[in-house]
Amino acid sequence: MNHGFRRVLIANRGEIAARVIRTCRRLGIETVLAVSDADAGSRPARLADATIRVGPAAATASYLNVDAVVAAAVSAKADAVHPGYGFLSENPRLARACAAAGIIFIGPAVDTLEATGDKLAAREHAVAAGLPVLPGGHVLPGSANATELARRIGFPVLVKAAGGGGGRGLRVVREAADLAHAVAVASAEAAAAFGDARVYLERYVSRGRHVEVQLLGDGEHVIHLGDRDCSVQRRYQKLIEEAPAPLLSDPLRDGLRAAAVALGERLRYRGAGTVEFLADTGSDAFYFLEVNARIQVEHPVTEAITGLDLVEEQIAIAEGRPLRLAQHDVTFTGHAIECRVNAEDPDHGFLPSPGTITTAVFPAGVRVDTHVQAGSSVPPHYDSLLAKLVAHGADRDQALIRLREALDRCEIGGVTTNLRMHRALLADGEFERGGVDTGYLERVWVGVVARG
Amino acid sequence: MDLTNEDVADILAVLDSLPYDELDLQTPRFRLTLRRAPGGGWTESSQILSEPAGLTGVGAPLAPADGANGASAPTASSAPGAAGLVAVTAPLPGTFYRAPRPGAAPFVEVGDEVHEDTVVAIVETMKLMNSVHAGTRGRVAEICVRNAEPTVQGVTLMWIAPDPA
Repeated sequence: MNHGFRRVLIANRGEIAARVIRTCRRLGIETVLAVSDADAGSRPARLADATIRVGPAAATASYLNVDAVVAAAVSAKADAVHPGYGFLSENPRLARACAAAGIIFIGPAVDTLEATGDKLAAREHAVAAGLPVLPGGHVLPGSANATELARRIGFPVLVKAAGGGGGRGLRVVREAADLAHAVAVASAEAAAAFGDARVYLERYVSRGRHVEVQLLGDGEHVIHLGDRDCSVQRRYQKLIEEAPAPLLSDPLRDGLRAAAVALGERLRYRGAGTVEFLADTGSDAFYFLEVNARIQVEHPVTEAITGLDLVEEQIAIAEGRPLRLAQHDVTFTGHAIECRVNAEDPDHGFLPSPGTITTAVFPAGVRVDTHVQAGSSVPPHYDSLLAKLVAHGADRDQALIRLREALDRCEIGGVTTNLRMHRALLADGEFERGGVDTGYLERVWVGVVARG
Repeated sequence: MDLTNEDVADILAVLDSLPYDELDLQTPRFRLTLRRAPGGGWTESSQILSEPAGLTGVGAPLAPADGANGASAPTASSAPGAAGLVAVTAPLPGTFYRAPRPGAAPFVEVGDEVHEDTVVAIVETMKLMNSVHAGTRGRVAEICVRNAEPTVQGVTLMWIAPDPA
């Protein structure tokens, strides 16, 4: 199996589809993009060598449809499927169906996807690998045990999707009376987004930092590519990410990285993945949150400071090659910050703003990952991410200055965006000092709490 | 052809030393516009012009183009219903759901009593579940959209027969 891919089916949409196409093209790999009816004329569809329809606009009938994706890969005579993030990217059924069809799934092994996709199973692996975790447990169907479980954990609790990730299916519950409804809604979101309605509870920590460690593994060796801080979130959706995580003590940073590698080694991890932690910078304590067994939205900040192309490494590993880097080959240069430009209105409760893009002017000279251009449709069926702006500097101050300047040169018309909010946040003194916690955005941005 | 950020940086390095404020390059496949920004630096706007290529002989025919989604969705309606009924409209374009999760009982049925804050439906937009409130005290007179159907913003989802004041 030690040969390169000739043709890859990209089973995703949006900026990550354009991102994967770019690396494939550089590597001389043909790309076939799976598209729903809503994306048939999208920019990624125009960038790909070919497109193939996977179904109607609704994600459940297209991008979340395992049979349609595998049938598309077979029809396209693809050697491999790149699943991007979200959708079926961590779905063991897709990985298994690909294997059955003789197609390589660019991602971790099926048993790893099963272990990390079930968030409670992932917790057990984390404990076994010596990582600290927050108290929590499964909500059984019917949610009869939810109240008792929540009382045992202690309110407030966080309702999480067992099959989830990316912030969907998450709800904070502060009192027992609200629990049943929150569990039902979280379960519905999870079912719609992941095809898995199971939820679990975990202690809610309001003031911590979201720090994560990027891993690469070949099934035998596991290395880390440093850490990222993604604490600027609203409703558990990341908005600004940076690498390295600022203002961590050396013991905390080393502890996080070592913990992530230990878990990766226990899982005999193969591919690119991320171990997410909640870090308490006051006490240098940290807790395992989850493993994301896929490329992540915020991977460009890691690429900026390591000089690596994570999609290229994913492909090399999927082609059966051993890791091309040892830990000591990984070096970190400077600091990178990314902001996610979304089609949403931060002045009105982050209401999504689908529509048609009339203007798409981006800053030149910094990395912009996007799938929109003038005339692009922003369908209501998918998430609201329009573009990621990534600035790299010799240090954090320089990266911040470059990102501010870049934001000033960005103009998107036709839909409402959060650009104004990003400009305000990057000008904010607390963010400028660095090391904000996950409650930061809700404290500084009026309107978030109003809609909650 | 898709220019990488590195390609654009190389072009900018050349442009920076020249007395021009704008580069507009168009080929049959793409258009790239680079402009000097008033505050310094450059802006980039690019369009891929080539049409998506199908995979010959496989798959179902593609839908017409970008922006065609929602074509079969109900159109926004502000038409008043039967005398005295008050409309509950979709706050956002998205997918209409009558129940909190698949298989669960619907929030409301025709004839149910509701008050202003009663959640009568969910509209899912960009993966967010937006609760739809009755907005009026009364009884559900009619449910106009089928479960899991797409809706456009402002479309009437239900009619409420308000309680006499």
